[in-house]
Amino acid sequence: MRLGAAVLLAGALCLSACSAGSLGSSDDAAGGKTQITFLTNNDPANVKVAEAVIAAFEARNTDVDVKLDTRPQGSEGDNLVKTRLSTGDMADVFEYNSGSLLQAIAPSTNLTPITGESWVGDLDETFKKVVSSGTEVYGSPWQTISGGGILYNKPLYAKLGLQPPKTWADFMNNNAKIKAAGTAPVAQTYSETWTSQILVLADMHNVSAADPGFADKYTNNQAKYATTPAALAGFQHLEELKKAGYWNDDYASAKYNEGLAAVANGTAAHYPMITFAVTAIDTAAPGKTNDVGFFALPGTDASKNGVTLWEPSGIYIPKSTEGDKLTAAKKFQAFLASPDGCAAQASATSLGGPFAVKTCKLPDDVATAVKDLSVYVDAGAASPALEFLSPIKGPALEQITVEVGSGIRPAADGAKLYDEDVKKQAQQLGLQGW
Amino acid sequence: MTTVTDAVTEAPATTVPEPARRKSPYPYWFILPGGVIFAVFFLVPSVMAFWFSLTRWTLFDQEFIGLDNYVQFFREPALASGLWHTLIYAVTTSGLKVVLGMALAVLLTGPILGRGFMRSVAFFPVLVSTIGVGLTFQILMHPTRGVINQALDLVGITGPAWLVDPDWALLSVAFVDVWQGVGLATVIYMAGILSIPGEYFEAAKMDGAGAWHRFRNITLPLAKPATVSVILLSLIGGLRKFDLIWAMTKGGPGFTSDVMASVIYKQYQAGFYGLSTAGNVVLFLLVILIALPLFWFFNRKEDA
Repeated sequence: MRLGAAVLLAGALCLSACSAGSLGSSDDAAGGKTQITFLTNNDPANVKVAEAVIAAFEARNTDVDVKLDTRPQGSEGDNLVKTRLSTGDMADVFEYNSGSLLQAIAPSTNLTPITGESWVGDLDETFKKVVSSGTEVYGSPWQTISGGGILYNKPLYAKLGLQPPKTWADFMNNNAKIKAAGTAPVAQTYSETWTSQILVLADMHNVSAADPGFADKYTNNQAKYATTPAALAGFQHLEELKKAGYWNDDYASAKYNEGLAAVANGTAAHYPMITFAVTAIDTAAPGKTNDVGFFALPGTDASKNGVTLWEPSGIYIPKSTEGDKLTAAKKFQAFLASPDGCAAQASATSLGGPFAVKTCKLPDDVATAVKDLSVYVDAGAASPALEFLSPIKGPALEQITVEVGSGIRPAADGAKLYDEDVKKQAQQLGLQGW
Repeated sequence: MTTVTDAVTEAPATTVPEPARRKSPYPYWFILPGGVIFAVFFLVPSVMAFWFSLTRWTLFDQEFIGLDNYVQFFREPALASGLWHTLIYAVTTSGLKVVLGMALAVLLTGPILGRGFMRSVAFFPVLVSTIGVGLTFQILMHPTRGVINQALDLVGITGPAWLVDPDWALLSVAFVDVWQGVGLATVIYMAGILSIPGEYFEAAKMDGAGAWHRFRNITLPLAKPATVSVILLSLIGGLRKFDLIWAMTKGGPGFTSDVMASVIYKQYQAGFYGLSTAGNVVLFLLVILIALPLFWFFNRKEDA
C-alpha cells in the first residue's frame, strides 16, 4: 500500500511538474484544450512508460491534455475497473487485460468499438483477436508481445559447453550436467505463486503442435488436461524436475526477483518465465541483463520447437466517454498503435518483446533474451498462450502448480483438479456445453 | 429533537398503566431510529446476500440459477480440505488460548514484580494490526533468513520451514494467532480470577491446601464463566479467521493452509461473486451450527 501511495504521489508530482509551464495557458484556453484521463496500473515501470507516452502524445496534439490516473495491480485493480465500468464512472481511456480476461468486463456493453479505424489494419492478427468480442475490435496495444519459455544463464552455458535444448530430453541432459557442476539447474519462486504456472502455460506451443484443435476442444468441453497427453506434459515436467532435485534449495520461499537474480548471476541455470521479466532484471541483478538468454519450452519433437506468446494488454475507451473527449481518446488510442507511440514506449523502458503493431520496429539495443525470442517469432515458430485462444482459465492453477512442483500432489492429480477448476470457470461464464 | 423529548416524557405515561402487557420502558416507535439503521445497514444487505447467493452475478448483470452455487461450492475440491483446516485451526487456537490464557492470568494476578507493566506487555499484541503481525512473522519465520530459525540454529536445532512446509504452514499461522490473541483471553481470565473472593483462598490455605489444590479446586471451577467466554470467542474467531492467514500464506503452499474464509475470498478474487456469496452463507451457517449448541451446552451446565 505504501508503495502504491508513493507511486501515486510520485506520479502526481511529476504530472504537476511536467505541466507546470503550461498550467496557466491550459486554464485560460479551457475551451481549446480537451482534457482526458488515462487509467493504468500503478507498477512503477508501467507508470514511467505511461508518462513518456503522454508527453510524446501531448507534444504532437497540443489541443489535448492527458491526465494520468493509476489503480492497483492484480485482482484488486480488476475489481476496481469492473466497479467503475458498471457505475459509468470510468476514465476516458484505460488499460486492461486482453484475451480471456477482457470478456469479464463485457466489452459489447461497456466499450466503444473501433473496428473501422484506419490503424486497426496495422495490428498483429493475433493481438487483434484478443481485443475483439464478436465482430468488433475494441483496443490498441499497451507495451509489447512477450514469450513464455526458459530464461538461462549464458556464461554458465558457455562454461559448461551446453547448447539451448530443443527437446525435453536434451533439457534434462543439460540439467544433469549443471547439477553435476554444482549449480541449481532450475529456479522456482513459490513465494510469489503466479511464477509457478509458466512450465504449464508456456508449454502451449507444444500442445498446439501435437493437437492443433486443442484450444477449441478445450473451450467446448471436449478436451481435458488430465486426458490429453500433450497438455498433461506441463504438469509432468513440474513433477519430474522436483523429483530429480533440480530446484534451487529455497524454491518454497524464494520470490520472483530472487529468481531473476539467480538466473542473471548464474546461481541457477534456468528460470521458466515470460520475457516481460527482462525489464526487471536490471533491478534484480544490475548490469547482468545481457547474460540472460531465452529459449522456448522444449517439447518432444525438435522439428516443431517453438515459443508460446503472451499478447499485450489493451487500451480501451468506455461507452461513457462522449463528444470531444471521445475524439481525443480515440486519438490517444490510435497514437499507441503508431510508430511514434511505439518509440515513446521504447524510450521509457527496456522492451520485453516485439511490438504488436506491424509498422513498429524493435530498436537494435534490445536485451539478449528479446533477440532470442524474436528469432522464433520471425521464423513463425510461435503460438498464442491458451488464455488468448479460449475464454477459460481456471483461477486456481497457480496453487495447483505449486502443489505439483512442491511434491504435495502428483502431476496426474493436479491436472484432474485443474480440469475441475476450469469447469467451474466455464460454468460461471455461462458457456454452452458445460 | 422534539419527538425525542416527547417520547421521554410520554414513556412513563404509557408504560405505567399497563406494566404487565409491555415490559419495555420505551414505546415501540422510540426504537425506530435504531431500527432504521439496523435495517438499512444490516438487514437489507443480509437479505440481498442471500439473494445474490442464488444468482450468477458479474457486477454487470445477474442470472437466477437457484441452488447451483451451493452445489458448486460443496463440489469445490478445495472446500473439503478448507473445512477440515478451519476446524483444526479453530480448535488449536482456542485450546491454546484457554491453556495459555489461564496460565498467564494466574501469573499476572499473582504477586510478581512490575505487574501493571507485565499485564500491558501481555495485552500489547492484541492492539497491533493483524496484517502487520502477519507480515512481520512472515519475515521472522523465513526458513533460512528468519530470526526464529537462526536462533534455533544457535542451539543446534534445525527449525522447520514454518510457512512453506505443507505440514507446518497451518500450525505456524495458528501459533501466531495464539501469540496475538492470548492477551485478550488473559484479560478475560484475569477479570474472572480477580472476582473470586480472596477468603476462599485464605480458608483453603488454612486447611493446608497447596498451590496446585487451590488452583484445581478454587480458581478453575470459579473461573468457568471466563473459560466459556474465551472458548466461544476464540472458536468463533478461529472459524472465520482470514486476515492473518491471508497475510502470512495466502492459503499456501498450494491449498495446505486454505480455510473457509480464504476459499471464499479466492472465489471473489476470480470474479465468481455469486459463488463467493454462497460461500459466505455457508460459513455463516457453519459458525451458527458450531457456536449455538456449544453456547447452550455451557449455559445448561452453568445453571445446574
